[in-house]
Amino acid sequence: MARTTPFHSRVSALCTSYLYKDWNGFVAVCNFDAYSEREYYAIRQSAGLLDVSPLRKYEIRGPDGAKLLSRVMTRNIEKYGVGRVTYCALVDPFGKCLDDCTVGRIGKQHWRMTSSEPWVRWLHRYARGLDVTIEDSSDTLCALAIQGPAARKILKPITDFDMDRMRFFRIRPTRVAGCDVEISRTGYTGDLGYEIWIKPEDALTVYDALLEEGRPHQLQPIGLDALDVTRIEAGFVLQGIDYFSAKDCIIEIRKSTPDECGLGFTIDLERDIRFVGQEHVERERDEGSTWALVGLDIDWPALESLYNEYDLPPHLAPEACRLAVPIFSADGRKQVGQATSTTWSPTLKKYIAIGQVFAPYGQMGTALRVEHTVEFERRHLPCTVVEKPFFDPERKRFTPAAAAKKNRAKDAAK
Amino acid sequence: MSEIYDAVIVGGGHNGLVCAAYLARAGRKVLVLERRYLVGGAAVTEELHPGFKFTVCSYVVSLLRPWIVRDLELARHGLQIIPLECSFTPHLDGPGLCRWADPHKTRREIANFSVKDSEIYPEFGRAMGRLARFAKSFIDEPAPDPTSFRPRDLIQMMGLGQKFRSLPDDMAAIQLKLSTMSGVDFLDEWFESDQLKAPMSCSGIIGTMLGVRSPGTAYVLLHHYMGEIDGNSRAWGIAKGGNGAVSEAIASSAKAFGAEIRCNAGVERVLVKGGRAVGVVLAGSGEEIAARNVVSGCDPRLTFLGLVGRDHFDDEFVQQIERYKYRGSSGKVNLALDGFPEFTCRPGDGAHVRGDVAIAPSIDYLERAYTDAKYGNFSKRPYLNIVFPSLLDPTMAPPGKHVLSAFVQYAPYHIDGGPETWPDKREAFGDAVIDTIAEYCPSIREKILYKQVLSPWDIEKEFGLTEGNIFHGELSLDQLLFQRPTAGWARYKTPLKGLWLASSGAHPGGGVMGAPGGLAAKVMLEQGVV
Repeated sequence: MARTTPFHSRVSALCTSYLYKDWNGFVAVCNFDAYSEREYYAIRQSAGLLDVSPLRKYEIRGPDGAKLLSRVMTRNIEKYGVGRVTYCALVDPFGKCLDDCTVGRIGKQHWRMTSSEPWVRWLHRYARGLDVTIEDSSDTLCALAIQGPAARKILKPITDFDMDRMRFFRIRPTRVAGCDVEISRTGYTGDLGYEIWIKPEDALTVYDALLEEGRPHQLQPIGLDALDVTRIEAGFVLQGIDYFSAKDCIIEIRKSTPDECGLGFTIDLERDIRFVGQEHVERERDEGSTWALVGLDIDWPALESLYNEYDLPPHLAPEACRLAVPIFSADGRKQVGQATSTTWSPTLKKYIAIGQVFAPYGQMGTALRVEHTVEFERRHLPCTVVEKPFFDPERKRFTPAAAAKKNRAKDAAK
Repeated sequence: MSEIYDAVIVGGGHNGLVCAAYLARAGRKVLVLERRYLVGGAAVTEELHPGFKFTVCSYVVSLLRPWIVRDLELARHGLQIIPLECSFTPHLDGPGLCRWADPHKTRREIANFSVKDSEIYPEFGRAMGRLARFAKSFIDEPAPDPTSFRPRDLIQMMGLGQKFRSLPDDMAAIQLKLSTMSGVDFLDEWFESDQLKAPMSCSGIIGTMLGVRSPGTAYVLLHHYMGEIDGNSRAWGIAKGGNGAVSEAIASSAKAFGAEIRCNAGVERVLVKGGRAVGVVLAGSGEEIAARNVVSGCDPRLTFLGLVGRDHFDDEFVQQIERYKYRGSSGKVNLALDGFPEFTCRPGDGAHVRGDVAIAPSIDYLERAYTDAKYGNFSKRPYLNIVFPSLLDPTMAPPGKHVLSAFVQYAPYHIDGGPETWPDKREAFGDAVIDTIAEYCPSIREKILYKQVLSPWDIEKEFGLTEGNIFHGELSLDQLLFQRPTAGWARYKTPLKGLWLASSGAHPGGGVMGAPGGLAAKVMLEQGVV
């Protein structure tokens, strides 16, 4: 018996497909219809509304909050001022990734951390001697993500704060539809989008207001399947799919360091408080990594001709595929890694994947091959290591007020 | 003496039957002799009250070796195991603690007591699972003899040494701690909440005359983590039809392979001629049955000192067998119920009671129960492990009615006044158990239609388990592996030629596992004696 979130009465009334899955012990919608296509296009063309309450959430309060978070996070949290959010990795004392998290500084002495796994014990372990409290707000706070180009327009009329001024990766307390919330400009779609942190008693008021306000903008409730396609396009890794939390790994080879699972960009080595596992991460920077996380562009013409051999039209699953498949060297002789998330990108019209390969095969432009099954036969398709994100629209970071200010400054300079 | 059997098996318990089935499968002429009217030994189902089937002694299955199920085609012979859904610990205040197959549900339940514990619980399970996998490599092979220089033993010891060395350092450290610490000390290293540690520590005391704070009990914890159904580690289940159904399936398989089984045929003694076991004499009739091998499915003391007699062994061996610890510490209460007795802290007959229910509210509760026993009394408030087989298998009771099986610890065999005074104390003992249940299920008394109370004395007299020890001797580390039942004689062979020990008193020990019987047959066949 999984639990339901405070939005369940609304969400379940709309979920005509009855397709749900377990997310952190909660019931979560896969698709509202039989297919996720409509929801995918909502995220990229108008906006999608997603219940993200099952995320783990922690409130860290007290004068030493930044110290604690700097100890456990790859980012130097001490340098982040009030209102900023950052994405970072949590690593074990051997430098292996445990989870990826966001940390937002809501107040001078208040940080909110979100993660996919529970970490209360971990935070306490490194809080000894610090003036800090750790509150698990996973059950006392629910959350909605509103993602897509129309997200700002929908939020603006019902939000107290001027959404034109809200910049990328910022968080602030405000009111939506008269309810006290925090809004952060974050998300898992690589698009313009926000996450709204709501008290459970206000959940339905906010949900209804957003749907109402969103109606003329074609806002659609979306499920996890559409999200999965967009997050691959955005090049985001998923713990448990693209890499595995070190605490869950039975064997060493399954574990990854941040540099090996695409989270290396979150590492701040210049800092006052060294993070747990930092010496291992530094040594790896000197000695080199075993793995590299890569984006793969799978050759479409080759795929078409492969299907031609079988007298079949190309056929791909309508949703993202999380079944890991082997990656081979260009000559097809040696298995050098695995593609862990694969999807057809409706926007890019490309067949793309995220995978892990042995570091020497991770150079940009490296030609590789990836397994593909046609008519029950395992075949290979050529692919190339490419930059991530695969899709990175300007609107993701664009902030109207900041742009206007810049323009004014430019005009004044003229 | 009309015909010569290749092997006659004394005792139709599950191990005796497994041994018989393997020997018969290899084409040997085999006879199983069972004293009671039905096969199964301590794995029997009996209809003691019309319409109510009691899984009288043993009541859960998990360690039954999958290779035995496959080799003996037990599913074809009717064996069906139903997994227990959860493990419920009711409390007098609050909703109690339920541990489920669903990790998220379990996490939320544990978080009611400690968020930290809820997060480390899966890690503990993983660590124990790894060690259990390591330990399991011991239980599917005959024990190596560390004093032997025979190539086979050396290779086997080296193999185990290698397995131990291949464990990561942290795992090896845990393994050493497990071998020496008490269950509670070991759990203290991982967890903080008493409500979680109490039911977890219980696995460490089952069938031993030790408390949860006694050194050595940590190892037994691990033994219980080895439970598996279909290779699914740590899943416990009950057999459809009770544990008697396990014995019946094995007996049916043995018969299909050509074994003969005679019930109501108690063996009085083993015939010894020229320093060799040559057959058995039946009690009552005095009928003699000749056999090339006599295999005992009974415990070591009953086998060597009872059925054979001390005169046939040297003093040192006799002393070792006398020193072998039994110290039965548990009893059993089985109830026929006119309806389900709801738990106050979590009403209804839902999923939470479709598993085992542990009356183990705190560590102090368990230690107090042990203190009573240490000084020769049964526990006034004992540790109980309760299962309602009728919830999972409706054929066990008439519709709407239920059977309750309660494993009770402590009920020391060596009770104040001597074990023979147990019949006078049986009633009071049963009352203590029912009073304990009534604290959690107030309606229990009015629902009881029939009650069976088994003290360790009763278990010894009725089922032939010396001192009522359910494992044929304590499962402490000094009585396991190459020391079970005694150093030098852990490979089913005994000092008396032609006599074999194939019971829970042999490696790898007790539980409805079948491994001692199966491994004994394998060793006999390998050695070409049968």
